[in-house]
Amino acid sequence: MASKTNKASLDAMKQLEKVEEQFQTIQILNEEGEVVNEAAMPELSDEQLQELMKRMVYTRILDQRSISLNRQGRLGFYAPTAGQEASQLASQFALEKEDFILPGYRDVPQMIWHGLPLSQAFLWSRGHLKGGDIPEGVNVISPQIIIGAQYVQAAGVALGMKKRGQKAVAITYTGDGGTSQGDFYEGINFAGAYKAPAIFIIQNNQFAISTPREKQTAAKTLAQKAVAAGIPGVVVDGMDPLAVYAAVREARERAVNGEGPTLIETMTYRYGPHTMAGDDPTRYRTSDLDNEWEKKDPLVRFRKFLEKKGIWNEEMENETIEKAKEDIKVAIKEADNTPKQKVTDLISIMYEELPQNLVEQNAIYKEKESK
Amino acid sequence: MAQMTMIQAITDALRTELRNDPNVLIFGEDVGVNGGVFRATEGLQQEFGEDRVFDTPLAESGIGGLAVGLSLQGFRPVPEIQFFGFVYEVMDSISGQLARMRYRSGGRYNAPVTIRSPFGGGVHTPEMHADSLEGLMAQQPGLKVVIPSTPYDAKGLLISAIRDNDPVIFLEHMKLYRSFRQEVPEGEYTIPLGKAEVKREGSDLSIITYGAMVHESIKAAEELEKEGFSVEVVDLRTVSPLDIDTIIASVEKTGRAIVVQEAQKSAGVAANVVAEINDRAILSLEAPVLRVAAPDTVFAFPEAESVWLPNVQDIIETSKKVLNF
Repeated sequence: MASKTNKASLDAMKQLEKVEEQFQTIQILNEEGEVVNEAAMPELSDEQLQELMKRMVYTRILDQRSISLNRQGRLGFYAPTAGQEASQLASQFALEKEDFILPGYRDVPQMIWHGLPLSQAFLWSRGHLKGGDIPEGVNVISPQIIIGAQYVQAAGVALGMKKRGQKAVAITYTGDGGTSQGDFYEGINFAGAYKAPAIFIIQNNQFAISTPREKQTAAKTLAQKAVAAGIPGVVVDGMDPLAVYAAVREARERAVNGEGPTLIETMTYRYGPHTMAGDDPTRYRTSDLDNEWEKKDPLVRFRKFLEKKGIWNEEMENETIEKAKEDIKVAIKEADNTPKQKVTDLISIMYEELPQNLVEQNAIYKEKESK
Repeated sequence: MAQMTMIQAITDALRTELRNDPNVLIFGEDVGVNGGVFRATEGLQQEFGEDRVFDTPLAESGIGGLAVGLSLQGFRPVPEIQFFGFVYEVMDSISGQLARMRYRSGGRYNAPVTIRSPFGGGVHTPEMHADSLEGLMAQQPGLKVVIPSTPYDAKGLLISAIRDNDPVIFLEHMKLYRSFRQEVPEGEYTIPLGKAEVKREGSDLSIITYGAMVHESIKAAEELEKEGFSVEVVDLRTVSPLDIDTIIASVEKTGRAIVVQEAQKSAGVAANVVAEINDRAILSLEAPVLRVAAPDTVFAFPEAESVWLPNVQDIIETSKKVLNF
């Protein structure tokens, strides 16, 4: 016997469509640098707007220099950031110093603007233990390598802040691929269940190495995954610094008011390869797609916006570029001058107190290193 | 002093540390109102409130991540993994994150986390509940792996584990939870991590073991004594890092040794103990060092469990091979 048509299933489809319709991409500044959503405009002074622009220009230079330093063999692991400046820097710009950042490996710029010395960022890239030795008072942890692990940890940091009664948030970053991990769901679910002050950012740069966004999930947006965790989710134009800033600022407001976490998807693009370790984006992306996204460039639209306001000019731009180049030069020198790390250094940081096996191994390596 | 089972001694240790340090937090699946599936956290939520002792959503990786994050905020988390067979779900948090926190941050951050979890055979659990996975943990640098064999040791070791500034995996053998009572002092006392204890002195053979096998080994030693053999039983108590000095001192005294573990034979803790003896005391040996362990299959289905698990008879047979070599 054929079963009867199940009318409930039709309703389920409608329900899904209704949910998905709610997740429209929020934009404040369009590609021409025009404000298209006056109501959502965040409150930012001219100085703050200039500062955010400086950071984006500076970080674009840092990316270019890092790539060439990597090619010269003077930097280690590096994941290029160009294209993602609005997502990365405007989200960090919306934070306060007491907020804690749990970055992914492409999120070194946010750490730097949160207080990590540039020389340490370089040391981390080179694989020196000093790179992860975060200075006191800088609320970041070194970049997570395991995709998604930072999401469950962010729930823990946020719960800790809540228990301590702090008016602060934990913010963490992953990419479009990261939303497929179990830890992604566990992180947003735990934070939701505990109403913990966390902000979960998905920088949807369209490709997880080579795998396109549409192969990760049937979900129309990644932000809608918030619905299942019972927390607010929002999609923003990740090439629009004002939209990113506004979304994170609002999420932060909610979080410190005890209203729990928010999931934010920023629609963005990395212009470069996944990392400098041999990835070739031409194997999985067309130049047409690259060009389409480069037209949305965050620096271009923000520059237009600020120039129209009369608060940015070529001189300021050049000053920022020169400052970045000088800082990088100094920081690389600092990294070069850092004592080379030894196996005995590594042994010494395994435990608070060394067990017998490591005491013995330490003696062996001390002997080797003295030769 | 009170007579306590191991589970009572564990609850007592947790209560002692919740009182002692406001940063101690206990969480896991069903640890709150329900007091844990074995009642290890019985009454603790009522006494210390939901802020200190709380239930988590049912997700082990989330529990591990929570522990990492809370430790970054200066807490001293004591999460429970309901059964250690579920550890695979939280392996990244343990091996990929907690064990590396001090190292990865150049010593800036540490992870004073104690993960408690029941394990061990002989209680006819469904699959993935009873496996002895301490060897897996012992292979991860940065962790300490503790397995108590008595109520007294359980309390003193657990207090030390919670106070330790490095991550500790604290494994509680299910068969020992309520199998016997022992005098356990009120209030706080500690037993150092990384220190073995000679549980029974002897001069002809050293049995080096830990967990539930300590009791099987003592029974075997008593049987062997009737036949005129004097057998020493060394309880490792911490399987990583090993207390090499105590092992070697015993072997040098007796000249003969076997290593007994409930886990499968290959790799693992017993193999490591044999290797250390080989490295350091081979000239003191009168016979090869043999192992008693479970066969290298997946943990036995309950109907074959009693034969699969190493028992007193297995220990006596292997002891005799070494004694009569």
